[in-house]
Amino acid sequence: MMLEPRLNGIPVPRIAAESAPYWEGTRAGELRFQRCDACAAPNFGPGLACRSCRSRSLTWTTGSGRGAVFSWTVVWRPQTPAFDVPYAPAIVRLDDGYDLLTALVGLDHTEITEGLRVAVEFHPISADVTLPFFHPDNDH
Amino acid sequence: MAGRPPSSHPYHQVAIVGAYNTKQARRLPGQTMHSLLLDAVFGACADAGVDVSTVDAFVGQNPAELIYDLGLGPVTRAMSNLGIPAIRDAAHLITTGEATTVVLATAGAGLLLNDGATAPWTRPTNELVVSYGLFTAAEFALMARRHMLTYGTTPEQLATVAATIRNNGHVHPDAVYSGRGPFTAADILASPMIADPFHLLDCSMTSEGGCAMVLTRADMAADTRHRPVYILGSASDSFGPAYSQAPSWDMRGATSGVAPGDVPAGYVGRRAARTVFRQSGLGPDDVDVCEFYDPFSFEIIRQLEAFGFCGEGEGGELVMDGAIAPGGRWPVTTDGGTMSFGHSGISTQQIQRVIRGVQQLRGTCTTMQVTGAEVALCSNGGSGALFNDLMLLGVEQP
Repeated sequence: MMLEPRLNGIPVPRIAAESAPYWEGTRAGELRFQRCDACAAPNFGPGLACRSCRSRSLTWTTGSGRGAVFSWTVVWRPQTPAFDVPYAPAIVRLDDGYDLLTALVGLDHTEITEGLRVAVEFHPISADVTLPFFHPDNDH
Repeated sequence: MAGRPPSSHPYHQVAIVGAYNTKQARRLPGQTMHSLLLDAVFGACADAGVDVSTVDAFVGQNPAELIYDLGLGPVTRAMSNLGIPAIRDAAHLITTGEATTVVLATAGAGLLLNDGATAPWTRPTNELVVSYGLFTAAEFALMARRHMLTYGTTPEQLATVAATIRNNGHVHPDAVYSGRGPFTAADILASPMIADPFHLLDCSMTSEGGCAMVLTRADMAADTRHRPVYILGSASDSFGPAYSQAPSWDMRGATSGVAPGDVPAGYVGRRAARTVFRQSGLGPDDVDVCEFYDPFSFEIIRQLEAFGFCGEGEGGELVMDGAIAPGGRWPVTTDGGTMSFGHSGISTQQIQRVIRGVQQLRGTCTTMQVTGAEVALCSNGGSGALFNDLMLLGVEQP
Protein backbone atom coordinates (compact mmCIF):
# COMPACT_ATOMS: atom_id res chain seq x y z
CA MET A 1 0.00 0.00 0.00
CA MET A 2 1.33 3.45 -0.91
CA LEU A 3 2.55 5.21 2.23
CA GLU A 4 1.48 8.82 2.80
CA PRO A 5 2.28 11.27 5.58
CA ARG A 6 -0.13 11.18 8.54
CA LEU A 7 -0.82 14.85 9.35
CA ASN A 8 -4.28 15.29 10.84
CA GLY A 9 -5.18 14.82 14.49
CA ILE A 10 -1.74 13.55 15.41
CA PRO A 11 0.21 14.62 18.54
CA VAL A 12 2.01 17.94 18.02
CA PRO A 13 5.50 18.41 19.52
CA ARG A 14 6.04 20.80 22.40
CA ILE A 15 9.21 22.59 21.40
CA ALA A 16 12.02 22.86 23.95
CA ALA A 17 14.46 25.77 24.02
CA GLU A 18 17.47 23.71 22.84
CA SER A 19 15.63 22.37 19.82
CA ALA A 20 14.02 25.61 18.61
CA PRO A 21 16.64 26.01 15.83
CA TYR A 22 15.77 22.52 14.54
CA TRP A 23 12.09 23.43 14.19
CA GLU A 24 12.94 26.83 12.69
CA GLY A 25 14.85 24.84 10.10
CA THR A 26 12.02 22.50 9.23
CA ARG A 27 9.68 25.49 8.82
CA ALA A 28 12.23 26.91 6.40
CA GLY A 29 12.46 23.62 4.51
CA GLU A 30 15.87 22.72 5.91
CA LEU A 31 17.08 19.84 8.06
CA ARG A 32 19.37 21.43 10.66
CA PHE A 33 21.63 19.75 13.20
CA GLN A 34 24.44 20.74 15.53
CA ARG A 35 28.10 20.20 14.69
CA CYS A 36 30.81 20.20 17.31
CA ASP A 37 33.29 23.08 17.01
CA ALA A 38 35.99 20.98 18.68
CA CYS A 39 35.79 17.57 17.00
CA ALA A 40 33.45 18.26 14.05
CA ALA A 41 31.12 15.38 15.02
CA PRO A 42 27.43 15.84 14.21
CA ASN A 43 25.19 16.06 17.27
CA PHE A 44 21.53 15.06 17.15
CA GLY A 45 19.08 15.30 18.94
CA PRO A 46 19.78 18.83 19.95
CA GLY A 47 21.95 19.03 23.05
CA LEU A 48 24.12 21.25 25.18
CA ALA A 49 27.34 19.25 24.87
CA CYS A 50 28.94 17.16 22.13
CA ARG A 51 28.12 13.49 22.63
CA SER A 52 31.42 12.54 20.99
CA CYS A 53 33.94 14.73 22.85
CA ARG A 54 31.92 16.55 25.55
CA SER A 55 32.81 19.97 24.18
CA ARG A 56 30.15 22.53 25.00
CA SER A 57 30.73 24.46 21.82
CA LEU A 58 28.19 23.42 19.17
CA THR A 59 27.07 25.27 16.08
CA TRP A 60 23.86 24.73 14.15
CA THR A 61 24.28 23.88 10.50
CA THR A 62 22.06 22.80 7.62
CA GLY A 63 22.33 19.27 6.36
CA SER A 64 21.85 17.59 3.01
CA GLY A 65 18.45 16.10 3.77
CA ARG A 66 19.62 12.87 2.19
CA GLY A 67 20.43 9.52 3.66
CA ALA A 68 19.65 5.82 3.78
CA VAL A 69 17.14 3.66 5.62
CA PHE A 70 18.82 2.10 8.66
CA SER A 71 15.79 0.42 10.22
CA TRP A 72 12.02 0.53 9.89
CA THR A 73 8.75 -1.02 10.91
CA VAL A 74 5.38 -1.15 9.19
CA VAL A 75 2.58 -0.50 11.66
CA TRP A 76 -0.80 -2.19 11.16
CA ARG A 77 -2.32 -1.49 14.56
CA PRO A 78 -2.22 2.29 15.00
CA GLN A 79 -1.05 4.16 18.08
CA THR A 80 -4.33 6.07 17.99
CA PRO A 81 -7.10 6.11 15.38
CA ALA A 82 -5.56 9.32 13.98
CA PHE A 83 -2.90 7.21 12.29
CA ASP A 84 -4.28 5.42 9.23
CA VAL A 85 -2.53 2.11 8.64
CA PRO A 86 -0.17 1.14 7.33
CA TYR A 87 2.48 3.67 8.22
CA ALA A 88 6.21 3.17 8.45
CA PRO A 89 8.25 4.75 11.24
CA ALA A 90 11.93 4.51 10.35
CA ILE A 91 15.42 5.44 11.38
CA VAL A 92 17.16 7.29 8.55
CA ARG A 93 20.93 7.56 8.70
CA LEU A 94 21.66 10.97 7.21
CA ASP A 95 24.66 11.43 4.94
CA ASP A 96 25.69 14.08 7.47
CA GLY A 97 26.42 11.30 9.95
CA TYR A 98 23.52 11.16 12.39
CA ASP A 99 20.28 9.21 12.80
CA LEU A 100 16.77 10.67 12.64
CA LEU A 101 13.52 9.07 13.71
CA THR A 102 10.98 9.79 10.98
CA ALA A 103 8.48 8.02 8.73
CA LEU A 104 8.81 6.80 5.14
CA VAL A 105 6.38 8.02 2.48
CA GLY A 106 5.96 7.93 -1.28
CA LEU A 107 6.52 4.21 -1.74
CA ASP A 108 4.72 0.95 -1.21
CA HIS A 109 5.30 -0.58 2.22
CA THR A 110 6.73 -3.72 0.56
CA GLU A 111 9.40 -1.66 -1.24
CA ILE A 112 11.30 -0.64 1.89
CA THR A 113 14.76 -2.17 2.10
CA GLU A 114 17.87 -1.72 4.20
CA GLY A 115 20.02 1.05 2.78
CA LEU A 116 17.30 2.44 0.52
CA ARG A 117 18.35 5.95 -0.51
CA VAL A 118 15.89 8.56 0.74
CA ALA A 119 15.45 12.34 0.73
CA VAL A 120 13.54 14.63 3.06
CA GLU A 121 10.19 16.29 2.38
CA PHE A 122 8.41 18.65 4.75
CA HIS A 123 4.78 18.87 5.84
CA PRO A 124 3.35 21.48 8.26
CA ILE A 125 1.04 20.14 10.98
CA SER A 126 0.58 23.38 12.97
CA ALA A 127 1.60 27.03 12.87
CA ASP A 128 4.85 26.20 14.65
CA VAL A 129 5.62 22.67 13.61
CA THR A 130 6.66 21.30 10.24
CA LEU A 131 7.58 17.62 10.20
CA PRO A 132 10.25 15.93 8.10
CA PHE A 133 9.31 12.75 6.24
CA PHE A 134 11.50 10.79 3.81
CA HIS A 135 10.72 9.46 0.32
CA PRO A 136 12.82 7.40 -2.10
CA ASP A 137 15.64 9.52 -3.50
CA ASN A 138 15.40 9.03 -7.22
CA ASP A 139 18.50 11.13 -7.85
CA HIS A 140 20.65 8.33 -6.45
CA MET B 1 29.59 -16.89 61.17
CA ALA B 2 32.20 -18.78 63.19
CA GLY B 3 35.41 -19.66 61.41
CA ARG B 4 34.59 -17.49 58.45
CA PRO B 5 35.35 -13.82 57.98
CA PRO B 6 32.39 -11.55 57.27
CA SER B 7 31.75 -11.29 53.56
CA SER B 8 32.59 -8.04 51.85
CA HIS B 9 29.85 -8.74 49.33
CA PRO B 10 27.62 -5.65 49.03
CA TYR B 11 24.44 -7.65 49.71
CA HIS B 12 25.84 -10.07 52.30
CA GLN B 13 23.49 -8.74 54.99
CA VAL B 14 20.33 -8.73 52.84
CA ALA B 15 17.73 -11.48 52.46
CA ILE B 16 14.58 -11.48 50.35
CA VAL B 17 11.94 -13.06 52.57
CA GLY B 18 8.62 -11.93 51.11
CA ALA B 19 7.35 -12.10 47.53
CA TYR B 20 3.70 -11.71 46.63
CA ASN B 21 1.47 -10.99 43.66
CA THR B 22 -2.04 -9.64 44.12
CA LYS B 23 -4.72 -10.92 41.82
CA GLN B 24 -3.84 -10.04 38.20
CA ALA B 25 -6.52 -9.51 35.57
CA ARG B 26 -7.21 -7.54 32.43
CA ARG B 27 -9.40 -5.33 34.66
CA LEU B 28 -9.93 -5.37 38.42
CA PRO B 29 -13.24 -3.55 38.89
CA GLY B 30 -13.49 -1.74 42.21
CA GLN B 31 -9.74 -1.80 42.77
CA THR B 32 -7.56 1.29 42.69
CA MET B 33 -3.81 1.60 42.51
CA HIS B 34 -3.81 2.35 46.22
CA SER B 35 -6.06 -0.55 47.23
CA LEU B 36 -3.83 -2.89 45.24
CA LEU B 37 -0.75 -1.45 46.94
CA LEU B 38 -2.27 -2.24 50.33
CA ASP B 39 -3.21 -5.75 49.20
CA ALA B 40 0.37 -6.21 48.04
CA VAL B 41 1.89 -4.96 51.32
CA PHE B 42 -0.27 -7.21 53.48
CA GLY B 43 0.23 -10.15 51.15
CA ALA B 44 4.01 -9.86 51.04
CA CYS B 45 4.26 -9.47 54.82
CA ALA B 46 2.05 -12.54 55.32
CA ASP B 47 4.20 -14.45 52.82
CA ALA B 48 7.25 -13.50 54.84
CA GLY B 49 5.68 -14.08 58.23
CA VAL B 50 6.51 -10.48 59.12
CA ASP B 51 4.13 -8.28 61.11
CA VAL B 52 3.36 -5.12 59.13
CA SER B 53 3.99 -3.04 62.25
CA THR B 54 7.67 -4.08 62.22
CA VAL B 55 8.31 -2.66 58.76
CA ASP B 56 10.63 0.32 59.09
CA ALA B 57 11.02 1.38 55.45
CA PHE B 58 8.82 1.57 52.36
CA VAL B 59 10.22 1.69 48.86
CA GLY B 60 8.48 1.93 45.50
CA GLN B 61 5.16 3.55 44.72
CA ASN B 62 3.43 5.93 47.14
CA PRO B 63 5.55 4.97 50.17
CA ALA B 64 4.53 8.01 52.20
CA GLU B 65 0.84 7.28 51.64
CA LEU B 66 1.34 3.67 52.74
CA ILE B 67 3.14 4.77 55.89
CA TYR B 68 0.29 7.15 56.74
CA ASP B 69 -2.51 4.70 55.98
CA LEU B 70 -0.83 1.96 58.01
CA GLY B 71 -0.07 4.32 60.90
CA LEU B 72 3.62 3.45 60.94
CA GLY B 73 5.52 6.75 61.07
CA PRO B 74 8.21 7.71 61.58
CA VAL B 75 9.76 5.22 59.17
CA THR B 76 11.85 5.60 56.03
CA ARG B 77 10.25 6.28 52.65
CA ALA B 78 12.12 6.09 49.36
CA MET B 79 10.13 6.81 46.22
CA SER B 80 10.93 4.87 43.09
CA ASN B 81 8.96 3.89 40.03
CA LEU B 82 11.68 1.58 38.78
CA GLY B 83 11.83 -2.18 39.14
CA ILE B 84 15.15 -3.81 39.98
CA PRO B 85 16.76 -0.48 40.98
CA ALA B 86 14.01 -0.11 43.60
CA ILE B 87 14.94 -3.51 45.02
CA ARG B 88 18.50 -2.27 45.26
CA ASP B 89 17.21 0.85 47.06
CA ALA B 90 15.57 -1.47 49.58
CA ALA B 91 18.74 -3.53 49.95
CA HIS B 92 20.84 -0.41 50.46
CA LEU B 93 18.60 0.76 53.30
CA ILE B 94 19.49 -2.52 55.04
CA THR B 95 23.21 -2.48 54.23
CA THR B 96 23.56 1.07 55.53
CA GLY B 97 21.72 0.21 58.72
CA GLU B 98 18.95 2.72 58.13
CA ALA B 99 16.30 -0.01 58.16
CA THR B 100 15.96 -3.68 59.03
CA THR B 101 12.73 -4.68 57.29
CA VAL B 102 11.82 -3.02 54.02
CA VAL B 103 8.67 -3.40 51.92
CA LEU B 104 8.71 -2.59 48.23
CA ALA B 105 5.22 -2.31 46.75
CA THR B 106 3.96 -1.42 43.30
CA ALA B 107 0.63 -1.64 41.46
CA GLY B 108 -1.14 -0.49 38.34
CA ALA B 109 -4.87 0.03 37.79
CA GLY B 110 -7.08 2.53 36.06
CA LEU B 111 -4.40 3.41 33.53
CA LEU B 112 -6.10 1.79 30.56
CA LEU B 113 -8.72 3.50 28.45
CA ASN B 114 -11.03 1.91 25.91
CA ASP B 115 -10.31 4.55 23.29
CA GLY B 116 -9.06 2.42 20.43
CA ALA B 117 -5.51 3.46 21.16
CA THR B 118 -2.49 1.73 22.61
CA ALA B 119 -1.96 1.90 26.39
CA PRO B 120 -1.17 5.52 27.33
CA TRP B 121 2.22 4.72 28.86
CA THR B 122 3.39 3.14 25.60
CA ARG B 123 3.21 6.38 23.61
CA PRO B 124 6.27 8.59 23.45
CA THR B 125 5.96 12.30 24.22
CA ASN B 126 9.38 13.62 23.22
CA GLU B 127 9.10 16.35 20.60
CA LEU B 128 11.40 14.62 18.11
CA VAL B 129 9.41 11.39 17.98
CA VAL B 130 5.89 12.24 19.18
CA SER B 131 4.33 12.80 15.76
CA TYR B 132 5.24 9.54 14.02
CA GLY B 133 2.72 7.19 15.57
CA LEU B 134 5.22 5.22 17.61
CA PHE B 135 4.41 3.01 20.54
CA THR B 136 6.51 0.47 22.35
CA ALA B 137 6.05 -2.30 19.80
CA ALA B 138 7.21 -0.02 16.97
CA GLU B 139 10.23 1.20 18.91
CA PHE B 140 11.32 -2.33 19.80
CA ALA B 141 10.67 -3.40 16.20
CA LEU B 142 13.31 -0.92 15.03
CA MET B 143 15.88 -2.81 17.13
CA ALA B 144 14.63 -6.28 16.18
CA ARG B 145 14.76 -5.38 12.49
CA ARG B 146 18.47 -4.64 12.73
CA HIS B 147 19.16 -8.01 14.33
CA MET B 148 17.17 -9.76 11.60
CA LEU B 149 19.05 -7.87 8.88
CA THR B 150 22.46 -8.49 10.44
CA TYR B 151 22.14 -12.10 11.63
CA GLY B 152 19.26 -13.53 9.64
CA THR B 153 17.09 -13.97 12.72
CA THR B 154 13.66 -15.18 11.59
CA PRO B 155 10.03 -14.54 12.52
CA GLU B 156 9.78 -18.25 13.41
CA GLN B 157 12.54 -17.82 16.00
CA LEU B 158 10.72 -14.85 17.51
CA ALA B 159 7.45 -16.79 17.49
CA THR B 160 9.10 -19.73 19.25
CA VAL B 161 10.01 -17.41 22.13
CA ALA B 162 6.47 -16.06 22.30
CA ALA B 163 4.91 -19.53 22.22
CA THR B 164 7.25 -20.74 24.98
CA ILE B 165 6.47 -17.86 27.33
CA ARG B 166 2.75 -17.82 26.57
CA ASN B 167 2.59 -21.54 27.27
CA ASN B 168 4.26 -20.93 30.63
CA GLY B 169 1.40 -18.53 31.38
CA HIS B 170 -1.21 -20.88 29.93
CA VAL B 171 -0.54 -23.45 32.67
CA HIS B 172 -0.11 -20.92 35.50
CA PRO B 173 -3.35 -20.69 37.49
CA ASP B 174 -2.77 -17.03 38.50
CA ALA B 175 -1.78 -15.69 35.08
CA VAL B 176 -4.10 -13.19 33.42
CA TYR B 177 -4.10 -15.48 30.38
CA SER B 178 -4.24 -18.73 32.31
CA GLY B 179 -5.77 -21.37 30.08
CA ARG B 180 -5.40 -19.26 26.95
CA GLY B 181 -3.35 -21.71 24.93
CA PRO B 182 -1.37 -23.74 24.30
CA PHE B 183 0.30 -21.98 21.38
CA THR B 184 2.58 -23.13 18.60
CA ALA B 185 4.96 -20.85 16.75
CA ALA B 186 2.53 -21.06 13.83
CA ASP B 187 -0.25 -19.68 16.06
CA ILE B 188 1.93 -16.69 16.92
CA LEU B 189 2.70 -16.06 13.24
CA ALA B 190 -0.99 -16.33 12.36
CA SER B 191 -1.96 -13.54 14.77
CA PRO B 192 -2.45 -10.04 13.30
CA MET B 193 0.64 -8.02 12.46
CA ILE B 194 1.05 -5.07 14.86
CA ALA B 195 4.42 -3.52 14.03
CA ASP B 196 6.44 -5.66 11.66
CA PRO B 197 8.12 -8.02 12.66
CA PHE B 198 5.90 -8.22 15.76
CA HIS B 199 2.58 -10.00 15.54
CA LEU B 200 -0.01 -9.46 18.26
CA LEU B 201 1.15 -12.54 20.16
CA ASP B 202 4.82 -11.43 20.00
CA CYS B 203 3.85 -8.49 22.22
CA SER B 204 3.16 -8.09 25.91
CA MET B 205 -0.44 -7.57 26.95
CA THR B 206 -1.81 -5.04 29.41
CA SER B 207 -3.57 -5.75 32.68
CA GLU B 208 -4.08 -4.58 36.24
CA GLY B 209 -2.55 -5.81 39.46
CA GLY B 210 0.14 -5.28 42.05
CA CYS B 211 2.96 -7.01 43.86
CA ALA B 212 5.31 -6.49 46.77
CA MET B 213 8.52 -7.84 48.26
CA VAL B 214 9.94 -7.88 51.77
CA LEU B 215 13.66 -7.61 52.37
CA THR B 216 15.23 -7.96 55.78
CA ARG B 217 18.58 -8.35 57.50
CA ALA B 218 19.99 -11.78 56.74
CA ASP B 219 20.52 -12.53 60.44
CA MET B 220 16.79 -12.00 61.03
CA ALA B 221 15.69 -14.17 58.10
CA ALA B 222 15.65 -17.41 60.08
CA ASP B 223 12.34 -16.41 61.64
CA THR B 224 10.57 -15.97 58.30
CA ARG B 225 8.32 -18.51 56.58
CA HIS B 226 10.31 -19.45 53.50
CA ARG B 227 13.86 -20.26 52.59
CA PRO B 228 15.58 -16.85 52.27
CA VAL B 229 16.80 -15.81 48.85
CA TYR B 230 19.92 -13.69 48.45
CA ILE B 231 21.08 -11.05 46.00
CA LEU B 232 24.31 -12.29 44.42
CA GLY B 233 24.68 -9.26 42.17
CA SER B 234 22.82 -6.42 40.52
CA ALA B 235 23.62 -3.72 37.99
CA SER B 236 21.96 -1.39 35.48
CA ASP B 237 22.78 -0.12 32.00
CA SER B 238 21.24 2.86 30.20
CA PHE B 239 21.93 4.69 26.97
CA GLY B 240 19.59 7.55 27.87
CA PRO B 241 15.91 8.25 28.25
CA ALA B 242 13.62 5.76 26.56
CA TYR B 243 11.52 6.78 23.57
CA SER B 244 13.03 10.23 23.02
CA GLN B 245 15.33 9.53 20.09
CA ALA B 246 15.98 7.07 17.29
CA PRO B 247 16.67 3.67 18.93
CA SER B 248 19.62 2.80 16.71
CA TRP B 249 21.14 -0.63 17.29
CA ASP B 250 24.70 0.62 16.88
CA MET B 251 24.53 3.75 19.01
CA ARG B 252 27.69 3.69 21.11
CA GLY B 253 28.77 5.84 24.01
CA ALA B 254 32.29 6.70 25.02
CA THR B 255 32.35 4.40 28.02
CA SER B 256 30.06 1.50 27.26
CA GLY B 257 31.62 -1.71 28.52
CA VAL B 258 35.21 -2.38 29.42
CA ALA B 259 36.58 -0.82 26.26
CA PRO B 260 35.25 2.45 24.86
CA GLY B 261 32.31 1.83 22.59
CA ASP B 262 32.37 -1.97 22.67
CA VAL B 263 28.71 -2.32 23.63
CA PRO B 264 26.20 -0.96 21.10
CA ALA B 265 22.73 0.07 22.26
CA GLY B 266 21.41 -3.16 20.75
CA TYR B 267 23.33 -5.05 23.42
CA VAL B 268 22.50 -2.79 26.33
CA GLY B 269 22.69 -4.91 29.47
CA ARG B 270 26.02 -6.51 28.53
CA ARG B 271 28.04 -4.24 30.79
CA ALA B 272 25.53 -4.85 33.60
CA ALA B 273 25.74 -8.62 33.06
CA ARG B 274 29.53 -8.50 33.26
CA THR B 275 29.21 -6.57 36.50
CA VAL B 276 26.69 -9.00 37.97
CA PHE B 277 28.81 -12.01 37.09
CA ARG B 278 31.91 -10.32 38.50
CA GLN B 279 30.09 -9.48 41.75
CA SER B 280 28.94 -13.07 42.12
CA GLY B 281 31.92 -14.95 40.76
CA LEU B 282 29.47 -16.83 38.55
CA GLY B 283 28.73 -16.98 34.84
CA PRO B 284 25.91 -17.94 32.49
CA ASP B 285 26.71 -21.65 32.96
CA ASP B 286 25.87 -21.30 36.65
CA VAL B 287 22.39 -19.87 35.97
CA ASP B 288 19.53 -22.36 36.37
CA VAL B 289 16.61 -20.18 35.33
CA CYS B 290 16.32 -16.92 33.36
CA GLU B 291 13.49 -14.67 34.50
CA PHE B 292 14.01 -12.23 31.64
CA TYR B 293 11.78 -9.28 30.88
CA ASP B 294 9.66 -10.11 27.84
CA PRO B 295 8.00 -6.99 26.43
CA PHE B 296 8.47 -8.51 22.96
CA SER B 297 9.53 -11.95 21.81
CA PHE B 298 12.76 -10.73 20.26
CA GLU B 299 13.95 -9.36 23.59
CA ILE B 300 14.68 -12.86 24.91
CA ILE B 301 16.98 -13.57 21.96
CA ARG B 302 18.64 -10.18 22.41
CA GLN B 303 19.21 -10.65 26.13
CA LEU B 304 20.62 -14.18 25.75
CA GLU B 305 23.24 -12.65 23.46
CA ALA B 306 23.79 -9.44 25.43
CA PHE B 307 24.28 -11.29 28.73
CA GLY B 308 26.71 -13.84 27.28
CA PHE B 309 24.54 -16.97 27.17
CA CYS B 310 25.55 -17.34 23.52
CA GLY B 311 27.44 -15.43 20.87
CA GLU B 312 26.13 -12.49 18.87
CA GLY B 313 23.61 -13.69 16.32
CA GLU B 314 23.30 -17.12 17.95
CA GLY B 315 20.23 -16.41 20.08
CA GLY B 316 17.74 -17.43 17.40
CA GLU B 317 19.29 -20.88 17.04
CA LEU B 318 19.56 -21.24 20.81
CA VAL B 319 15.81 -20.79 21.28
CA MET B 320 15.08 -23.18 18.39
CA ASP B 321 17.25 -25.82 20.11
CA GLY B 322 14.89 -25.85 23.08
CA ALA B 323 17.24 -24.12 25.54
CA ILE B 324 14.51 -21.84 26.85
CA ALA B 325 11.75 -24.46 26.91
CA PRO B 326 10.59 -26.32 30.02
CA GLY B 327 13.36 -28.78 30.91
CA GLY B 328 15.81 -26.88 28.71
CA ARG B 329 19.18 -25.53 29.77
CA TRP B 330 17.83 -22.05 30.56
CA PRO B 331 14.07 -21.95 31.00
CA VAL B 332 12.85 -18.36 30.58
CA THR B 333 10.10 -16.28 32.11
CA THR B 334 8.46 -19.26 33.71
CA ASP B 335 5.21 -17.64 34.89
CA GLY B 336 4.28 -16.25 31.46
CA GLY B 337 5.77 -12.80 32.02
CA THR B 338 4.28 -9.67 30.49
CA MET B 339 2.86 -11.70 27.61
CA SER B 340 0.62 -13.79 29.81
CA PHE B 341 1.09 -13.45 33.59
CA GLY B 342 0.62 -9.70 34.05
CA HIS B 343 1.63 -6.29 32.76
CA SER B 344 0.01 -3.50 34.73
CA GLY B 345 2.35 -0.67 33.83
CA ILE B 346 4.60 1.36 36.10
CA SER B 347 6.95 -1.20 37.68
CA THR B 348 4.76 -4.09 38.81
CA GLN B 349 5.66 -6.29 35.87
CA GLN B 350 9.34 -5.51 36.42
CA ILE B 351 9.32 -6.52 40.09
CA GLN B 352 7.40 -9.64 39.09
CA ARG B 353 10.47 -10.98 37.27
CA VAL B 354 12.32 -11.00 40.59
CA ILE B 355 9.32 -12.38 42.48
CA ARG B 356 9.26 -15.31 40.09
CA GLY B 357 13.00 -15.76 40.55
CA VAL B 358 12.45 -15.91 44.31
CA GLN B 359 9.67 -18.48 43.90
CA GLN B 360 11.90 -20.62 41.68
CA LEU B 361 14.73 -20.61 44.22
CA ARG B 362 12.34 -21.38 47.08
CA GLY B 363 11.17 -24.33 45.00
CA THR B 364 7.54 -23.33 45.54
CA CYS B 365 6.37 -22.80 41.96
CA THR B 366 3.26 -24.85 41.30
CA THR B 367 3.96 -24.76 37.56
CA MET B 368 7.19 -24.81 35.58
CA GLN B 369 9.33 -25.27 38.68
CA VAL B 370 12.94 -25.72 37.59
CA THR B 371 14.11 -28.71 39.61
CA GLY B 372 16.83 -27.81 42.08
CA ALA B 373 17.16 -24.23 40.88
CA GLU B 374 19.82 -22.42 42.91
CA VAL B 375 20.67 -19.39 40.75
CA ALA B 376 18.21 -17.16 38.86
CA LEU B 377 19.05 -14.23 36.60
CA CYS B 378 16.25 -11.64 36.49
CA SER B 379 16.07 -8.69 34.13
CA ASN B 380 14.02 -5.59 33.39
CA GLY B 381 13.92 -3.24 30.44
CA GLY B 382 14.92 -3.74 26.85
CA SER B 383 16.69 -2.35 23.93
CA GLY B 384 13.88 -0.33 22.37
CA ALA B 385 13.88 1.44 25.73
CA LEU B 386 17.69 1.64 25.82
CA PHE B 387 18.08 0.14 29.30
CA ASN B 388 18.49 -3.15 31.11
CA ASP B 389 18.48 -3.75 34.87
CA LEU B 390 19.76 -7.10 36.13
CA MET B 391 19.59 -8.97 39.42
CA LEU B 392 21.18 -12.34 40.12
CA LEU B 393 19.53 -14.32 42.92
CA GLY B 394 20.88 -17.31 44.80
CA VAL B 395 20.01 -19.69 47.62
CA GLU B 396 23.37 -19.25 49.35
CA GLN B 397 24.29 -16.16 51.33
CA PRO B 398 27.04 -14.38 49.36
